[in-house]
Amino acid sequence: MTVTSSKWAVAFNRFGLGARAGESAGEGDPQQALLAELATAGGARLEDPALKSTPQILVEVYAYDLRRKMERDALALGLLASKAMPEPHVAALLFPEATPAAAPAAAMAPEQPPQQQAFRADAKARLASAYAAPIGFVERLTAFWSNHFCVSVAKSNIGRGGAGAFEREAIRPHVLGRFADILLAVEQHPVMLNFLDNQQSVGPNSVAGHYNQSGLNENLAREILELHTMGVGSGYSQNDVTQLAYILTGWTIAGREGKLGEPGTFVFNANAHEPLAAVVRGRLYTEDGVAQGEAALGDLAREPATAEHIARKFARHFVADSPDPALVERLAKVFRDTDGDLAALARALVEDPVAWSAPPTKIRDPWQLTMATFRAFQRDPSDPGPALNALNVLGMPLWQPGGPNGWPDETAAWTSPEGMKTRVELATQFAHQVKQAPRPLTLVDEVLGSDVSDATRLAVTRAETVEQAYALLILSPEFQRR
Amino acid sequence: MTFFTFPHPSRRDLLAGAGAMFASAAIPRWASAAEARDPRLVVVILRGALDGLSAVAPIGDPQYADLHRDLALRWDGEHAALKLDDFFGLNPSMVNFARLFDAKQAMIVHATASNYRERSHFDGQDVLESGMPAPGHTDSGWLNRAVAALPKGERVGAARALAVGYTAPLVMRGPAPILGWAPSGLTPPTDDLVGRLMDLYTHADPALARALQAGIDADRMANKSGMDALKPGGDVAMQMKKAAIGAARLMSADDGPRVGALAVDGWDTHVNEGGATGRLAQLLGGLDGVFATFESELGPRWKDTVVVAITEFGRTAHINGTIGTDHGTATVAFLAGGALAGGRVIADWPGLRTADLYEARDLKPTTDLRAVLKGVLAEHLGLSADVLARAVFPDTIAVKPMKGLILA
Repeated sequence: MTVTSSKWAVAFNRFGLGARAGESAGEGDPQQALLAELATAGGARLEDPALKSTPQILVEVYAYDLRRKMERDALALGLLASKAMPEPHVAALLFPEATPAAAPAAAMAPEQPPQQQAFRADAKARLASAYAAPIGFVERLTAFWSNHFCVSVAKSNIGRGGAGAFEREAIRPHVLGRFADILLAVEQHPVMLNFLDNQQSVGPNSVAGHYNQSGLNENLAREILELHTMGVGSGYSQNDVTQLAYILTGWTIAGREGKLGEPGTFVFNANAHEPLAAVVRGRLYTEDGVAQGEAALGDLAREPATAEHIARKFARHFVADSPDPALVERLAKVFRDTDGDLAALARALVEDPVAWSAPPTKIRDPWQLTMATFRAFQRDPSDPGPALNALNVLGMPLWQPGGPNGWPDETAAWTSPEGMKTRVELATQFAHQVKQAPRPLTLVDEVLGSDVSDATRLAVTRAETVEQAYALLILSPEFQRR
Repeated sequence: MTFFTFPHPSRRDLLAGAGAMFASAAIPRWASAAEARDPRLVVVILRGALDGLSAVAPIGDPQYADLHRDLALRWDGEHAALKLDDFFGLNPSMVNFARLFDAKQAMIVHATASNYRERSHFDGQDVLESGMPAPGHTDSGWLNRAVAALPKGERVGAARALAVGYTAPLVMRGPAPILGWAPSGLTPPTDDLVGRLMDLYTHADPALARALQAGIDADRMANKSGMDALKPGGDVAMQMKKAAIGAARLMSADDGPRVGALAVDGWDTHVNEGGATGRLAQLLGGLDGVFATFESELGPRWKDTVVVAITEFGRTAHINGTIGTDHGTATVAFLAGGALAGGRVIADWPGLRTADLYEARDLKPTTDLRAVLKGVLAEHLGLSADVLARAVFPDTIAVKPMKGLILA
């Protein structure tokens, strides 16, 4: 679909992943088109039988880690001499073309580690899904929630192999569902439990606690309150954090040997669970095993502060760094009134006049920019290397944020001098790689729309080569901002 | 750029500097006898429209100095033009080309243009490179079709599929297999692109302008202290030379490609063009280095070589309000190589009085560039006038190949 009006430009840029040249024109009402995308059967689900489930991936990762450990142990005993496999270089595996040294390494280690294979398969599927979406609103919502409940591939082999499956299994099915459901799915997902260290958290009064097998880890409980639900400074106390951490003890992952359950699945380990009642936010949760934590999360999902936190973050992501407080309140009200119906929240944003009238002050983050560029030029990302490489150099490697608070969402974070310079370099490179694309001015009309500024149209018109025109189009304020 | 440290790159090695692209086509070996001519042809596309009146100045034309004012080349003084004959002086940045010219291994065609008469870069480049009667044909270029039309024989160098790489210049795209080619790393943005972008941002998005300017400044400082080898633009002459070295080494191999194409951006000199010195002179110095590089790298094969440099159109005869020139019509074509009957400026000079100018603003085209290119393809590669008029430059029966460009 192409941009046929300024309203369509808002639909594609603010809400979506950019227009695609050469397809049928944006027809009808863009607002209705966005609502229709929300109503598409399957929602944000990504069902690809070739992609592995988290337990399948984790079983392979366990085996790989065990093999590596045995090799290391053998090496330490001098039994294996120098036969250990070289540690695969992540960048080389991702972008073999970028590092000449990758070739001999690949020859020595013909099979990629399972976590790397899983990462690549899921990355490819995510790129394909974002590339194929008509407007891309649902994919934007997926990226928003995936970032809100982020994990990182840098955490561990479980994280590297499972980050994509986490998004597929815990995020996507609930992007247009209920907040309480996405919260529970996320906090019970093995990759999140690994990422925020709940895997090893042990109640001091539990069976395991009596044997002094480590102790309480507050990390997950803290981030649930601080990041996932109520938000920092919203009134919860340190005691609430500690109490919630007790409640969540025993939420863990079944290990390689499957003592607690099917390896690689979420399990409740009663032996590690703090066997006492707990009080969070003044509410008493009597001991009831895994249901204790489920009840606590359900209540946190319905805290007024959670509605406010989510509404503000949602408006900030889609509309402006400092969104209109009235818009935030309207979204928070929808969240409260619908018991956290995320589809209703998305619809409310689409139906809010402010979301259409606010000027495009935000800048596309590297994910949005990369997808918008591939879509505008109809460059199929079936080889995920170039797009992943772009995300890396632009400072937003896929599923690898710097911390549990996810990628920043303010314009200033993505318009640093170095960042802008890198955008120019990447646009130049991309423009030189374009094989087949419409004429530059046709692309301006189809992708930026007829309301594009004279300055941009003139810059593209006057470019001395087609490649330079394409680069200027990509770098134009209308393409960079949303 | 490690590639350039190897004396004999494999054909899979990927070439190019910033704004410069190289592609080469495998062509049949049509002459197997050892003593037969084994010609090499290189086409350099100068994208952006070269100001022919500043590159090869008609100093003998009484109107020239008034028209080109501060940018005009002169016979005397510092940075004097290099004398080609009593009428034409070469930009002083092109010392190697002047040397080749004196050795009769270089020539210039002046007041020449393709069949395109509008002033859009994109359309002009399409026509120049596609060899088609009108814009809009971007499937194949005339050079590739010329290669495809050569007699079938043993393929010189197995053509390999392009793995990852920049697109070939249009002139070299088409049915004949093309050897692998691509940049050896991130192509840095040219200063020209950054300048245009700063201009756009300054008008349309001051916040982005500030951020980008800060990024550029930081880069410059890093370069000054030698901490960072990458900088936007880089040294344009060095980049051209690097691309030429890679191309020439490939083509100098016994089984290397016989035909190559190179594209160099940056010739769109609307602002502060410079004359004997300045921006255009720097670019011309880079082009001069390309000729010199092919001469030195091809070694004994230089005697069988022709390098042609062409551009989509010329520029206005007048200097504009920003000490540059705007899009025009006729310009020059450069030819160099040991196979040429050189040492001449070929020009049916139209004059520079207002009445002589095309639409009262541009140097008027008096020589069809296609006739020059056809002449080279006919005498150097042995293509027939019929094939040239049908397959290579379709619908050009009336455009006769220029004769006598190549040594008999």
